[in-house]
Amino acid sequence: MLEQKEKEKIDHILKKYDYEKSKVISIMQEVQKEYHYLPQEILCYLAKELGISEAKIYGVATFYENFSLEKKGKYLIKVCDGTACHVRKSVPILEEFRKILNVTPEKPTTEDGMFTVETVSCFGACGLAPVCTINDEVHPAMTPEKVRTLLAELKEGIDEN
Amino acid sequence: MAKYMIIDGKQVEFNDEKNILAVVRKMGIDLPTFCYYPELSVYGACRMCVVEDAWGGMVASCSTPPKENMEIKTNTPKLQKYRKMILELLLSSHCRECLTCEKNGNCRLQELADRFGIRQLRFPTDYSKLEKDESSKAIVRDTSKCILCGDCIRTCSEIQNVGAIDFAHRGSKMVVSTAFNKPIAETNCVNCGQCAAACPTGAITIKNDTDKVWDALYKKEKPVAVQIAPAVRVALGEEFGFAPGDNVIGKIAAALRRLGFDAVYDTSLSADLTIMEEAKELLERLSDSGAALPMFTSCCPGWIKYAEDNHPDLLDNISTCKSPMEMFGPVIKEYFKDQGKEVVSVAIMPCTAKKYEAAREEFKRNGIADVDYVLTTVELIQMIKEAGINFADLQEEEFDEPFKPYSGAGVIFGVTGGVMEAAVRKVVEDKTNKALDEIKYMGFRDLKGVKVCELPYGDRKLNIAVVNGLANAECLIQQIKSGEASFDFVEVMACPKGCIGGGGQPKGFRAKKDERAQGIDKADASMELRRSEDNPAMAQLYDGLLKGREHELLHVHYKK
Repeated sequence: MLEQKEKEKIDHILKKYDYEKSKVISIMQEVQKEYHYLPQEILCYLAKELGISEAKIYGVATFYENFSLEKKGKYLIKVCDGTACHVRKSVPILEEFRKILNVTPEKPTTEDGMFTVETVSCFGACGLAPVCTINDEVHPAMTPEKVRTLLAELKEGIDEN
Repeated sequence: MAKYMIIDGKQVEFNDEKNILAVVRKMGIDLPTFCYYPELSVYGACRMCVVEDAWGGMVASCSTPPKENMEIKTNTPKLQKYRKMILELLLSSHCRECLTCEKNGNCRLQELADRFGIRQLRFPTDYSKLEKDESSKAIVRDTSKCILCGDCIRTCSEIQNVGAIDFAHRGSKMVVSTAFNKPIAETNCVNCGQCAAACPTGAITIKNDTDKVWDALYKKEKPVAVQIAPAVRVALGEEFGFAPGDNVIGKIAAALRRLGFDAVYDTSLSADLTIMEEAKELLERLSDSGAALPMFTSCCPGWIKYAEDNHPDLLDNISTCKSPMEMFGPVIKEYFKDQGKEVVSVAIMPCTAKKYEAAREEFKRNGIADVDYVLTTVELIQMIKEAGINFADLQEEEFDEPFKPYSGAGVIFGVTGGVMEAAVRKVVEDKTNKALDEIKYMGFRDLKGVKVCELPYGDRKLNIAVVNGLANAECLIQQIKSGEASFDFVEVMACPKGCIGGGGQPKGFRAKKDERAQGIDKADASMELRRSEDNPAMAQLYDGLLKGREHELLHVHYKK
């Protein structure tokens, strides 16, 4: 069951879209913005309020790459693997992130819940290739070298806190 | 004015057919399909029904409306090549363990692969054997046998308004899944088995419990009693060369004895019992100003589960009468107990949800289920075949005493409107044959999805509704809740056209349900006893075994 405070938050989003079934994707996007992923209880609540089946909403959530049913780390690292980035060697960058953070495509989030590493099919920033984002901050012309410094800086920040 | 199109060079008339496929089938060509049923929305996924237009273009006939002077071909080298290619691709990613599949011999994919003479695949096989979901009492899901036609999904949401399953993931990873990939038993599935009836392959099948029943029959530790539901008698014969609707109840009784059952009874008798109780309850509710109305029937376990999941506020409106199967359960057990015997109680049902019902806590006394095993019509057919019984040549036999007599009112429980009509026969004071005809012409047993009528009763009128298909039930409930309509008594059967179209019946969605309904009608009309209260077994039961125990043995309260 959802807590009252969370329920209010979701109700607010639902109201904004007039409880309209056809707006389910926008509603889910707003929920994901809030929680960085789609918690199961919230999807069930949405299904009930919008009058669609839980199986249907699960279908929508799994259809789109951008929706996540898994909890994300505090720092969400997205490495572009579009054509331009790929030919400019995005794979070693991705591998460097995964190696240092000890994550895999199946288990993309670190044990401590701080980092999640994902790939994106194209950011549309091919001029900056190879590119990655960390919590929506864009890092152009990446190299494995830069990956090491970036992660070291972030980890330092965490330790200081 | 009649319109014409040209199919394979022949002029063919068409009227209100929604698609070319229907016109083609009407003229006697069985175009192959996986994802098309006239009862469901058009999906157009399997592409088996493609036809060639006058310009050599390919159109899916299921999703193209016929047009005046349209010219199409249904059998060309190009079409044949396409259809074979589709089948080869489907087979290449499909589990092909046909010999040990529950659907062996009854699978649309197998049938079409045979029809198109697919003898080898040009593509490497790459199907992954996925774990079966056997959590449900009623159905088994085996995703490795799924061809993604979506028939089950559309059945579940469009006919039953349940939506327990849907497509999840995308592209080559697409699967039919429950919400969050939960075991099906933990979802809002109502166990109606209509998905299995629609499934063209073995991806959704009925849970098979024949082994347990064979075991009980072979061991002979306890006598094994069996009850058989009304709708089974007009469908079982179809697998043994009889026409749909042929009433083979006498042969079924004989076959059950051959299989080794010690006592063979007809659930129609306990349907009579249900009417005695339900009619009484209705009259009590009508005279009690505080009672919840409308009263809903309680025979259908699919409907009960649906109400529990979606309308817990209506549970007080559901009749407290147990279903006929669950009334007979304790009666059989008590009858044998009185003779100092324990009995294994089996029920043959057209229904998959009855398997779930039998396992419910409400129907256990001292931890022991009143009905031990439920087999579907299809499972009984399998047992008869297994035993090698030549069903067609069996001499008809009767049911066992003391539960031998049953009325026509009990038999019509097997079809939509039957419970209502049986109850009305009991409630109406005029007991002449003319009154029976008048009740019949009120049209309860019409095969439509929703039927509404008024019945004069004393100085007032009873507003009555009969629905089949849970989506129809949902519409009606919404009307009741919004105050748009008001009823005194509502019959709900989850399966289309009632139990004759149950998930446990042979031939699934392709069954000829109208003929089965006529079979039930004929069986009722040929009976001497037409009203439940005329059944001599009633008085015997109420004065004997049930005396003072009616509430304990015949009623149930579903909790919120």
